[in-house]
Order: sequence, then C-alpha cells, then structure tokens
Amino acid sequence: MSKLLQTGQQVLNWVDERFPLTSTWKAHVSEYYAPKNFNFWYFFGSLAMLVLVIQIVTGIFLTMNYKPDGNLIPGTNISVAFASVEYIMRDVAGGSIIRYMHSTGASMFFVVVYLHMFRGLIYGSYKKPRELVWIFGMLIFLCLMAEAFLGYLLPWGQMSFWGAAVIVNLFASIPVIGPDLSEFIRGDFVVSDATLNRFFALHVIAVPLVLLGLVVAHLVALHEVGSNNPDGVEIKKNKDPKTGIPLDGIPFHPYYTVKDILGVAVFLAVFSAIVFSVAGFSAEMGGFFLEHPNFDPADPLKTPPHIAPVWYFTPYYAILRAIPSFLGTQVWGVLGMGAAVMIIAALPWLDRSPIKSIRYRSTTFKVALVLFLIAFIGLGILGALPSTNLRTVIAQILSVIYFGFFLGMPFYTKNEKPSAPVPERVTFSTARQKLMFFVYVAIAIGGAYAFAKLV
Amino acid sequence: MISKLVLAFGLAASAPAFAASAGVPLDAANINLRDTESLQRGAQTFVNYCLSCHGAAVMRYNRLQDIGLTEDQIKNNLMFASDKVGNTMKVAMAAQDGKQWFGATPPDLSLIARSRGADWLYSYLRGFYRDESRPTGWNNRVFDKVGMPHVLWELQGEQVAVYEKVKNHSTGKEEEVLTGLKLESPGLLTTKNAKGELDNKEYDDRVRDLVNYMVFMSEPVKVKNEQIGYLVLLFLLFVLIPISYLLKKEYWKDVH
Repeated sequence: MSKLLQTGQQVLNWVDERFPLTSTWKAHVSEYYAPKNFNFWYFFGSLAMLVLVIQIVTGIFLTMNYKPDGNLIPGTNISVAFASVEYIMRDVAGGSIIRYMHSTGASMFFVVVYLHMFRGLIYGSYKKPRELVWIFGMLIFLCLMAEAFLGYLLPWGQMSFWGAAVIVNLFASIPVIGPDLSEFIRGDFVVSDATLNRFFALHVIAVPLVLLGLVVAHLVALHEVGSNNPDGVEIKKNKDPKTGIPLDGIPFHPYYTVKDILGVAVFLAVFSAIVFSVAGFSAEMGGFFLEHPNFDPADPLKTPPHIAPVWYFTPYYAILRAIPSFLGTQVWGVLGMGAAVMIIAALPWLDRSPIKSIRYRSTTFKVALVLFLIAFIGLGILGALPSTNLRTVIAQILSVIYFGFFLGMPFYTKNEKPSAPVPERVTFSTARQKLMFFVYVAIAIGGAYAFAKLV
Repeated sequence: MISKLVLAFGLAASAPAFAASAGVPLDAANINLRDTESLQRGAQTFVNYCLSCHGAAVMRYNRLQDIGLTEDQIKNNLMFASDKVGNTMKVAMAAQDGKQWFGATPPDLSLIARSRGADWLYSYLRGFYRDESRPTGWNNRVFDKVGMPHVLWELQGEQVAVYEKVKNHSTGKEEEVLTGLKLESPGLLTTKNAKGELDNKEYDDRVRDLVNYMVFMSEPVKVKNEQIGYLVLLFLLFVLIPISYLLKKEYWKDVH
C-alpha cells in the first residue's frame, strides 16, 4: 500500500472512531441493496434531488442581487424588485443563465416530482411497509407547492401580484376567521411590500429548511424498508442464506450511481435546451414556465383579464373553480382544492389490495387509473384556460372522477384478483412492455393535445 | 375580502370577452434578432419616437454595443435624454404628467415585447386609425380605445376604419364590425406602386425594425445564450451522454 493510501486510511479510521462515516456510506450507498430491475420510472427520485440542488445553488446566487422591495423606482412605474430581476438578467455576469436555471428548475421540479409520484402510484410504492415514505413524500410535495407559490411573488410582475392576491384571498373564504387570517398572511390589507418581504423570507430560508429535513426523512424511511420495484416483489424475502444479501438486490453504488448519472445527463440535455432556449425549446416554454403577463410590472390598480396559475397548480385550480358556492359561502371550492391534494396522502389506507404493481393488478384498477390520469391531465388543461360554461361542466365531471378514484378505492380494490400471477422473484421488462410504454406515452400526449384543442 | 375574491374570479370568468377583442388577427412580424442593421435602425426609431413618453428603465444605452454600435456612435446619435453611456433609458417626462395627459402612465417598454409578443407590437403600431370620438383623434384596431396617439402618423399617413354590416348570430341583429383599415392620406414613407396604388411597405419595414429592436431590448442576452446553449447541448449529446451510457453498460454487464 502506498504511503498516501495508508495516510488516507488512517484519517478515515480516525474519523470513523468519532463519527459513523464509513458505516453511513455503507448503509445508504455502497451496501444499500436496491432491486436490479428498476426501469425508466426510477430515474425521477435522483433527478428530484438534482433539481433541489440546482434550486438551492442558483437560489443562493440570485439572493445576492435580488431586492425584495415593492416600492416604485422614482419617475417610473416599475418596482425595485422587478428591476432587480432584470438587473440579474442583464448586468450580472451569467445572471440570465442562473435566473433561467432557477425558473426552469421550478417547473422541472414539478415535472420530475409528478412523474416520481405517478411511479409510486402504478407500482404501489405507498403500500405496506412504505406508508411513511409516502407520507414524507407528500409533505415534501406540500412544501414544494408552498415554495413555488412563495417564490412566484418575488419577480413582482402582474401574475406574481394577482396570483398571490387570488390565492391569499382563498383563505378569506373560511368562515369567521377567514378575513383576519388572509390579512395576517399578507401583513397588509392588500398584497404589498410587506407581503413581498415575508414571502421572500419564507421562500429563501423557512420552507427550504423544512424541505431539506423532509428529504432526509424520506430517504431514511426508504432505506429502512428498502426500495419497491416494477414487479412489487419484496426483495428482502429472498436473501442469500450465507451473506444475508437480497438475491435480487444490487448495491446502489456503483450500479445505480452510474445509471443515475446517465439519467442526469439526459435530463440535463432537456433542461439546458430550455434554459438556453435552443432546439425548439424556450425558457418561457410558451408561457407555461414563465407567463407572458408576468413581464408587466405589478400594478395593484390593473387586474389582468385572465389570472392563471403556473401549470403545476392548474389541476387543483380547476377543481377550485369547478365547485360552486352554496349555503352562502365559497369555502367549498377551497376545501375541495385542499382535499384534492391531501387525499393523495391517504392512498396507503384507501388501497386495500395487497397487489402492488400495475403489471399484476386487475382490469378494474387499470381502468380506474386511466380515468384518474385523464381527469388529472384534463383538469390541468382546464385550469390553465379561462372558464366557459362547457369547460366548467367538464371540470366538474373530471373532479368527480378525480375524487371517485380515491374515495371508491376501498371498494373496488377490496377483493381484487390479480390479472396475472405475481412472481416470486423480480423480472426485467420485456420488449413488449418497453414498446407499450412508448405507445401509452404517445396516447397520453396525443389525447391531452386533442383535448386542449377541443375544449 | 370575499368581494375581492369574487371580483378576481369574476374577472377570470369574464376573460372570454377580452379574448374576443384580442381576437383581431395579428400580422406576423417576421423579425430577425441577428440582423444588426435592422436592430440599429430600430434603436434609432425607438430613441427618436418612443423615448419621449415611454422609458426603458432597465435598458442601458451601452448595451447597444451588442448590436454593433460603438460607445461614441451611441453617445453622438442616440442619447438625447441622458449623458452617461452606462445610464438606463429613463424617460424625461414625469409619470404623473403622463397619467394626466394620456389617462394612464405610458408603460415602461423594457420588457413589453415579452409580455405582448412581437406580432402584437407589429400589428399594433400599424393598427392606428382616425377616430374623432377619441380625445387624441386616434384609435387602434388591436388595442381599442388606447390612450396613446399615433406617434408615427407622419411616416405612415392616416388610416380610416372600414366597417361592414355583419349579422350577429346570437341576437339576430345587424351590427357594424370593423373589418379592416384603409390608408386615406399618404405619409412620408408611403410610396406608389406600378399601378399607382398607395403602398406602405416602407413603413411596415420601419415598424418591423422597431419591433425587432424592442424584442432585442426585452432580452438582450438571447442570441448569446443560444450560442452557449448549442455548445452545452453538443457537449451533453456527444460527450457526457455517450460516456455515461458506456460507463453504465460496462458496470451493468454482470447484472442478469
């Protein structure tokens, strides 16, 4: 052994006697055994981590030049905050790239997290013993929504201002305490500089701290019970009698680290195309990542004709608008919107079937899942559009399907018969499964496009 | 607070009415951000005609070096309202005065191309017509009852609205609908074509240059970022992705 390696080992021993460095590395990385049959859907956990890091690092550099100040620059009708974002875009070295990475990262965070959650849904990753993994994941999702909402106010454009005005006003519909509550959140009678300052504080430190803690909890819980896989087989049930290592497991490092690097590289290609607006992509993504009216400075006296949330909130916004007010209050829509998010957390207890993977689940469940997907995407499209009578009716139907999927689940999964026998050991995707994946994706995208054109 | 909520949602619901007025078909601006001569002409039009009432509070004069101008050229030809080349394009007119004179403070134009889009601006700047019912004597086809007068009227000439009687399908009554604009008296940029008809192509080109400049001004880094972006994509597609694919394949060859 060379002198250098020897010294290195001595340093490591010194640390290990005082801190569980090697054992932690082993438990969570080099000797964490993950099923060997992970497919495409299993990239999105590590990609979510990547985007989290991108958001934190770019966020740090953005705060160095951003000014949370809603006051107007004398002689103009634009605010210090709005101008500071443009200062970053124009005068800070590399500023436009950092800012676009952050704005693109916000949307891509939801892209990867929605796909990550969908993976959990189709392979039953929320089921026993992974209920807490799912709950921590849902809390992360809630934090993420809060983080996105708070951060969206900071550029202090028209959509920042009016989006925040609408959402904070939702709290005002709560009986008795509502009006005082929304005033407490804003710190003023209307969205103002006070609101901007507190949203900035919450966005850059409070919520990220909670988010990081939850990510750690999510991973610790996952590594305690082990990863699920596309077959829904518990690999810990088949261990090598001598070594105690799962027969279908492979160490996370190096197998999944090198595989995730490939996922990261492909993801970065898409991400960079958006950030740099090349190859047919753009940082605005047609107004879905950066809304066009948000390039108008916030004007408290001029309500935009159409206030639409950013795309990742549109399914819930559509549910909010679909629920009519009755008994003299509008709180039902707000409750419905909240319930639409919260009910996802109840999945481990709503689903009563022991079958985990969609590969072996009954036709009933598959139909229910397809309907749910149609409802979710349909609501997402409707939530981005101005409402008309027809769209409201469609949104109401889709909302019923959305909730029906969850609330009906205890009944339609109660005596579920597997469509095929669940195997003892994990299997790799067949060529037919791989082909069908592309067919399903094409149908989903084509269907969504047709729906958006027709409504 | 509830009433505000209702107001916000009511406005969101009334958006189709807006969509109808915004439904005026827009003409394609066909701008080219790499055409520096067009951008320079646009910058000239901008500082001469727009900057007296509108500001561009986040656009620095020396940024015009990006479109091929030298600091001296900028100082000598384009700076009327400011003396330092690093200054932003502030407007000399006070915001309050603007509000009093035009009914609304003329918006800052730094980012207007990103909120409205190039086609809208191109159509808007060519969409003014005489309307004696308006305080300025001008109205606009794309932005009905706009407070802004037709600043470029000398160049374009005067247009009048052409109305047609159209039957409204929901009410069954005939209504007058604005279907187009006609050039009534020629402007400085109006020419006559071979048939002797008035032709405003030169004016359209002038507006195209102006819009091109405004799109540049709304995101000056765009062209440069695209160049960096292609290099980044080339690296990812032809270096990082192949290498990481081969690495993965090498490590995974013993997994069955």
